[in-house]
Order: sequence, then structure tokens, then C-alpha cells
Amino acid sequence: MSKKITKVQELIYKLKIEQAMTKGVIKVHPKNVMGELREILKNNRISGIPVVDEDKLVGIVSIEDFIKCMADGKIDAFIEDRMTKDVEILYADEPLIHAVNKFNKFGFGRFPVIERGNRKLVGIITKSDIIKTLLKELEINLQEEEIHRYRASHIFEDMIANKTTLIFEYNVASQDFKRAGESASELKKSLGRLGINPQIIRRVAIATYEAEMNMVIFTSGGRITAYIKPDEIRVKAIDSGPGIPDIKQAMQPGFSTAPPMVQEWGFGAGMGLPNIKKCADKMNINSIVGKGTKLEIVIYTQSKNETPKDS
Amino acid sequence: MKLQKIVKELELEVMSEAFNLDVVIADGYASDLLSDVIANAKKDSIWITLQIHQNIIGVAVLKELAGIIIVNGRKPEAETLKKAEQENIPVMVTELPAFEIIGKLYGLLRSLGFSG
Repeated sequence: MSKKITKVQELIYKLKIEQAMTKGVIKVHPKNVMGELREILKNNRISGIPVVDEDKLVGIVSIEDFIKCMADGKIDAFIEDRMTKDVEILYADEPLIHAVNKFNKFGFGRFPVIERGNRKLVGIITKSDIIKTLLKELEINLQEEEIHRYRASHIFEDMIANKTTLIFEYNVASQDFKRAGESASELKKSLGRLGINPQIIRRVAIATYEAEMNMVIFTSGGRITAYIKPDEIRVKAIDSGPGIPDIKQAMQPGFSTAPPMVQEWGFGAGMGLPNIKKCADKMNINSIVGKGTKLEIVIYTQSKNETPKDS
Repeated sequence: MKLQKIVKELELEVMSEAFNLDVVIADGYASDLLSDVIANAKKDSIWITLQIHQNIIGVAVLKELAGIIIVNGRKPEAETLKKAEQENIPVMVTELPAFEIIGKLYGLLRSLGFSG
């Protein structure tokens, strides 16, 4: 259903079995007797042991084999006579996904890992090895992401100047309903990368979106500029006309001069400017009929007055 | 509640296989006025509307909504779907009018103690 690949899925394809397996494996020789397994199994709390002759894997002997042997009263039998010889193995250089698939297919608790070509036993892998490795990798990934975020969010501290301002500028075309909202969404993404508080970002994005919509619907186009400072975000929306004759009226919720077609699309509900005002800590609007409108809003990023006006 | 379950219970038509239905829906909001949604919808909500043009996806991204249900059997425009896939906003369609689907959805979400 979902085509989205999760981080875990990515990791089990990327990681190799040798990165997850346990090295330094406890092993027995085929000429050991079954009775000797008791102590090994007990002391190491394991349920199966690879059988190795001159570094080469020749079989695997499990706790079940041991119990059967006990029941048969043949604890003096050689391991080579009671072990499983036809062993399912994994190669050290295979991706972890092969191990996952094999666990699902066979339901065994462990697989010996051998070197390709020479059957040399190099490790053993269990489901818990896989889980531990994935968790560790995810943690490393998370740390890297945090470092990256830290860097972005401390960009201002890294710049050496008396005052630092980042400026993002977006052009807004008149009547371009298809692209309407893109400036706000691009600004939102950029602010996210700077590591700015999501609550603040949301307020900036909403105010910018409404300003952008107004520009698209009513004006002959204009420009939105965001000035990012360590303690505030200032958004200026400047268009080239036609201007608002009565700003007080335009600020009233529900007042709209949007054409019917635009209203049918769900725009022009007369809520644009009121919404902007709600999101902004400061708002200033100047308009000259025939010339254009200048809207300027300020949102404090250090939240002088903690007012989550939007949820 | 998982979107997957809502889709099944309300027999919604999912408009693309690319959508991730594994998201959790926390609440709902119904409106056809974009500014109203922008002002009042909550994050992770499912949005019920009759609007089909691509700006609904922009609004959903802006408000971090979890999905959109379009009512009255109206089909989203091709551009809307394209953008929805790009931005990973699941879009569903129901033949039911808004009143009916909202009623059912409300019962479904609220009966399980989800609150807004």
C-alpha cells in the first residue's frame, strides 16, 4: 500500500550481516560427545552451537538434539552423529535483509555466518543481533540529524557581524492560482531548515500564505520578502496595485471584494487580513489607491509574549 | 485512529496508491473556505471539503493536515492529485454529502475517545 521507505527498511538493505553478527562464536568439534554440551549450553545460555572442524562449519547442534539424545540415553554419542549437517547458513557479505527473510522462512533462532567460498565460520546471527544493530544505527542517524539541525539553528551564532539578517525573497504573479501558496510553503520549508520553533513557523507561514493569496487574487503581482533575524521574523508583502481604498473595512472579518468565481474556490472569505493580524505580533498596512499596498508583519521568535494563537 | 481504518469504515475511495494510509488521524475539520481552514483546523486533522482544486493541498501542507476527504463524489483535478502525491497528502473521495460523512466520521473518531 505504502511506497514510502522507512529508515529501518533502508538500513536492512544497506547493512551487511557481518556488521550485525556476533563474532567470537562458541563452537564444538564433531568428535566432542553430546554429554559435553550440557555445560556449554547451560553456562552460555544458548540454544544452539555450530560444529566446526578446522575452521570449517560442518554442522549445527541444538538444545533439541541434546534433549533427544538424553531421552535415547546416548550421551556418549559423537556430536557429528547427532548434529544437523544440512545447515542453513548466511554469508558475511550479504545484506541484512537476507537474514530477515531467512528468519521468516525457517523460524530458526540463529544462523551461522560463513565466509563465501571457504565455509569458514566467522560468526553467528540471531534476531536480537539484528534488532540491536538497527537500534544502534538509528541512534547514530538521529545524532547526526541532531548535529545537522544544531548547525542550522545556530547559523546566527556562527556569523560574525554586529547584526545578521537572512533574506528570502519570492515573486508572486497576479491571478496565478496554480502556483498560489508556493511562496508561503517554500518559506515554511526554509524556516524549518533553520531550526526555528515550529509554532513560530506556522504563524509566519499562515500570515505569508494569506498575504500571498491576497496578492494573487486582487493585485497585479508583487513580492514577498522575509527578513530572518535571531530574535524576529519580518515579512514584507509589497504589490503594485490597485491598492485598498478603505483598510479599516478590509480588516473586518467577512468583508471581501473577491469576484464570485474566486469565492467559489473557497478564497475571498474576507478572512485574509484578520488571519494575518491574528498570527502577527506586529502588523502594519499602508495602501495608496492606484499605487499599491505595503503589508509588513513581525513575529518574534523568542516569544516575548507566549501566545500560541494557532494550534 | 489510523487513516487506513477510516477509509475502510467509511468506504472512502483513495485517489492514489502512492498515499500513505498509515498516518494517525487526531481530529477533523469541515469547511470549504480555505481561510477558515487555515485559521481554525488543527494539525493532524482530516479535512472534509467539496473543493477540488490544487490549492487545497497547499493548505493541507501549510496546516500539516493528515488527509482530505472530498464529498459529493467530486473528483479532484489531475493537478491536485499530482501535488497531493508530491506532498504526501492522502486524498479520498466519498459519494456521500458532507453532512452524512461528517456525522459518520464524528461517531467513529469521538466514540473512541479522540478529542480535539
